[in-house]
Parts: sequence; structure tokens; C-alpha cells
Amino acid sequence: MAATLQPSSLHPRDLGRTATVGLRTRKLRTALSALGIMIGIAAMVGVLGLSESSKSELLAQLDRLGTNLLTVEAGTGIGIGTGELPEEAAGMIAQIGPVETTTVVSAVDDADVYRTDYIPEGQTGGISVQAVDLTLLDTLAGSVADGQWFDAATGAYPTTVLGSVAAERLGVTEVTGTEQVWLGNQWFTVIGILEEFELAPDLDRAAMVGLRAATDYLGDDGVPTRILVRVDPDQVDAVMGVMAATANPENPEEVEVARPTDALEAKEAADDALTALFLGLGAVALLVGGVGIANVMVISVLERRAEIGLRRALGATKRHIASQFLGEALLLSGIGGIGGVLAGVAVTTAYARIRGWSALVPPIAIGGGIAAALVIGVVAGLYPAIRAARMSPTEALRTAG
Amino acid sequence: MPSEPVLSLHNVFKEYPTTPVVRALRGVSFAVNSGELVAVVGPSGSGKSTLLHIMGTLDRPTSGEVTVAGFQVSQLSDKDMSSLRAHHIGFVFQQFHLLSGFTALDNVADGLLYTGLPLRTRREMAEVALRRAGMGHRLDHVATKLSGGERQRVATARALIGNPSIVLADEPTGNLDSKTSDAIVELIEELNESGTTIVVITHNPEIAEHFPRSVGLRDGQIEYDTSWKDVA
Repeated sequence: MAATLQPSSLHPRDLGRTATVGLRTRKLRTALSALGIMIGIAAMVGVLGLSESSKSELLAQLDRLGTNLLTVEAGTGIGIGTGELPEEAAGMIAQIGPVETTTVVSAVDDADVYRTDYIPEGQTGGISVQAVDLTLLDTLAGSVADGQWFDAATGAYPTTVLGSVAAERLGVTEVTGTEQVWLGNQWFTVIGILEEFELAPDLDRAAMVGLRAATDYLGDDGVPTRILVRVDPDQVDAVMGVMAATANPENPEEVEVARPTDALEAKEAADDALTALFLGLGAVALLVGGVGIANVMVISVLERRAEIGLRRALGATKRHIASQFLGEALLLSGIGGIGGVLAGVAVTTAYARIRGWSALVPPIAIGGGIAAALVIGVVAGLYPAIRAARMSPTEALRTAG
Repeated sequence: MPSEPVLSLHNVFKEYPTTPVVRALRGVSFAVNSGELVAVVGPSGSGKSTLLHIMGTLDRPTSGEVTVAGFQVSQLSDKDMSSLRAHHIGFVFQQFHLLSGFTALDNVADGLLYTGLPLRTRREMAEVALRRAGMGHRLDHVATKLSGGERQRVATARALIGNPSIVLADEPTGNLDSKTSDAIVELIEELNESGTTIVVITHNPEIAEHFPRSVGLRDGQIEYDTSWKDVA
């Protein structure tokens, strides 16, 4: 053979153009099959984004509240003594080196609080009376919603500061300075209402009085029911280890030591399990979307036999035909993937805004979302592409009509 | 007359392995020289389509030798056959086979899609080809907006665009009314006069009468070839 045969070749830009032929001529079908992938990717990106945002919110919360708060309480249960801590427990705990501050809370069991003296006894609305140290607000990183916290003077007189829920139940909406509640059979003036305590929700349902006032006006014995302790953040575990023995050397087993932030972390861990479940559901949606694309591509190959035959007649190799259909599947899933990432980010942003969090979508979710869509596209497009390439040109032209 | 053969078939057989075995071509031999205009005429079932596919290297013969533009098809791989079609063979189909959403210009430019030429060059060449086919005034019209005759002109321009060694037209007038059909035959003659080698496959002996040479096909064998008379 004298002459050499110039190989048939397809310019990369033309490959892109041929891959869009089917998409441009069947727009509705393109949109619907891309939607399948989009839903799957949006679900996965959204779940990852929400989980990340909520985690970052928790970290910010822990940062604000500090993870170095410990609570020491008298244990309750069968065979455990009086459910009280020794009187000197707070002083003993303060002796532990890394302890920064201690705050005593003493439940005033004999006193109840009512809106007025006309309310029948027993209708307490679940509000307890707690005698507290002046340092409580700082120790719990709490804040005042209205009015003020105790000072040395008000803490010694019949005044009370209401937790957020207690204030609502008693119907005290603002602090006027003259508002009074019927507490322990006498009038106490409301001087403040607190914001919610994130670390001690039970105090939200309490009317708090100063320790001195509790002793002087309510006859409280001042025995601590709970001691709140701030410790050196690096020594938390070490302090936890010796806390029980220090608080009650005689019966250390009667003392319960806890870290309230652990509860928040446990809640987050439970959320993690849900995240895994939703991710699984997203993956299923993605798989279904992939099957949808494969289905559409198989139909497309059958419908476009004439086009395949024509392209073979124009000099397309099997590889050119395969890459055209594979490219088309990739484009479909790519469009779905990008749409899904955008939708996922939008959902995360909207939800985070509603919850007052800062929206955070991990970059790996964005990259992974698009990559997953493309992988699905390749897998879904491979069989139809091979089928199109294997179609004999004469068969394609003959059956095309 | 030029005498160099651009297409030659030597004792070509084609059998389809169906039950019973279909023998579509039985020992077909003929050659087409450069610059010729040949009609292959035969009733349906005579093996015309099979012959077109084999001449166009869309299919291989069961036995026998086919040479196109100096290349022996039996020595070519599937990929080489694609290359041969991309650079040396133009097709015109009865059903036009235009891409519906595309303009006349882009449909014709696709005739060189698999030669690796950039789109701009192909479009320039497409415009020339369309003007040759009398479609210079319809460059930007979408294929679906064209009449049957216009579509066949576009399809013909697509076959011509790369100046192929040979153009194979499969019933080019099969889907057209008689008036349009005459115009297409006229176009084919004009193109041949300007140097294009063309083989027209048709079942219609009237069309074949227009052409300088016709080859009659029946039951997979050549019944007559008007060039034999010349030899005699």
C-alpha cells in the first residue's frame, strides 16, 4: 500500500460538543435525570453541612461555657445516707490545688414560692427555692435578662432572682423593683430575672435567694445540696478523681461528681448517629439517581441508532462513540452534582440561619459531592456507552428507518 | 476520461449467518474510476444495500477483495476503516440523517468532524460545500425547518465537504417527489462534472438512465454493466 492512512480523530472541544447533543435536544429528560442525582447529592451535602454547623456551634458553646465546670452532689438512692453533703465540703474542695472557685447551692426544701398569698398551698408550678452563693452567676457563665444579680446587700435581705422558666410561670415579665412574690410565707422582692442556664437547666425553674437571706428569713441550715466548682482546665480529670473523697471523706461513694458539658457532648454524639442514617439515605437517593441515568442512557442509545450509524459513516471509531455517550452521562451527573451541592449549601445556610448558627459546609462535602456524582455518572454511563460503541454501523443505519 | 480506479471489488461474496444462510452478494466484481458517475440499479432484495455497505467500508465481505482509494480493506482494522471513511468516503442517505437541532452549516461541518480539523475551518469548508450544493442562502437554517429537497442538498454537501475520493449515495431521491428528485439528480450530475466520483444506488431505472454508466444487480450478482458495451 503506497499511501498512508490519516487516522480519524476528534478534537477535544468537539467531543464536548457531541456529548451535549443529546442533552440539548432532550431538555426535559436531561433535567429530570439530573434531578435524581441532584436530590441525592443535596441530601448528603445538606446532612454533612448541618452536622458540621451544629458541631461548630457546640464547640463555640463549650468554648463560651468552659468545659472545666464540675458539679458535686449528694448521691440519692437505696442505701445512701441523707442525700446531703457535709457542711464543710465546700471548704474542703476549695483546698484542692487546681480548684479556682467553688459555689454552693442549697435547696430550701421547707419553702415554696407563689405569685400571691392567695394561691392555695401546693400549687407551686414545679418551682423550687434555692439558696445560692453570690458567685453562682459567674461560675455558671449565666447572664441577667432583666434587673440585677445579688450583691452583698441584696443577698442578705428578702429579695429573689428568678430563673427564666420560674419567672414565666410566676407571670413576672419585667423587673420593676416593686414586684413581690410570696416565698416561704413572706413577701420577697424580685430584683432580677435570668437568661436560660445552659449548664444547669434545673436552676431555670428556681427562685433563688442569697444564702444569708435563706438562713435569716427561711431558717435554712445552709447545708450544700450541690457545689459548683471551676477548676484548672488542664486538671479536670485529676480533680474529678479526688473530688468525692475530698467532699465527703467518710462516705465518698455517696458523692456524685459530674461534668455538665458531657451532657451536651453526648447529645452531639446522638446527633452523629442520626447524621450517619441520613447520609445512608442520601446514598440510596444517589444510587437511585444513578440507575435513572443508566436507564435514560440505554433508551437514548436505542433511540439514536440513526445518529450512531451516521457518525460511524462519517468516520467515528467505536471509541469516539463510546466517549460521546460516556461524556453525556458524565455531563448529566455533573449537572446534577453541581446542582445538588448548591442545593445542599442553600439548605444548610437557611437552616443555620433559622437556628442562629454560623453555616459551615465542609469542603470535603462539596468536593466529595461532585466527585460522587461523577463516579455515578461513569458507572451509569459505561454500559450504554459500550453498547452504543458495539452497535454495528450497518445495523444502526438499517434499523434507523 | 480518467482511468485510475478509486473503488474496486473483486469476486466479493457476502453471506449473513442466519438460518437459512442469506447470500446477499455472490461474486460481485467491478471497478469505479476516478471522476466516474455510476448508478447501481436493482429491485429490492437484489443486494444493493449490502453492496453499498461493503463499498463504504461499513461492513466487510465474507470473501473477495475490496480496494478503496488504494487501500485494501481486508488489511485494515476496524479503526482504519473508520479513518478511511473519515477521509476518503462521503455518504448520502435516503433518510438524510441530519441532526435536527443544528443548522445546515453545522450539519455539513460535521462531515469532517472525525478528521480532527478545528470547527472554524470546518465551517468555512461547509459554507463552500453548501454553495456548491445550491444551499448558500440557507446556511443558518435549522435542519428541521428545511424542505425534503433542501435537506437532501444539505446531506449531499456534507458528503462533499472534504472532497472525498468517492461519494456513495443510497437512494438519494427515495424520499422526494419527482420534481425535487430531478433537481437532486441534476445536482449529482453537476457535482460529477466538477470532478467528484459518485456511485448512486437506486431501485429506479429511470434515474439510472440519466447517468453515463449503470450497473444492474439481481440476486446478489451483476446482471449487466453498461461499460461492458464500451469494451465490446
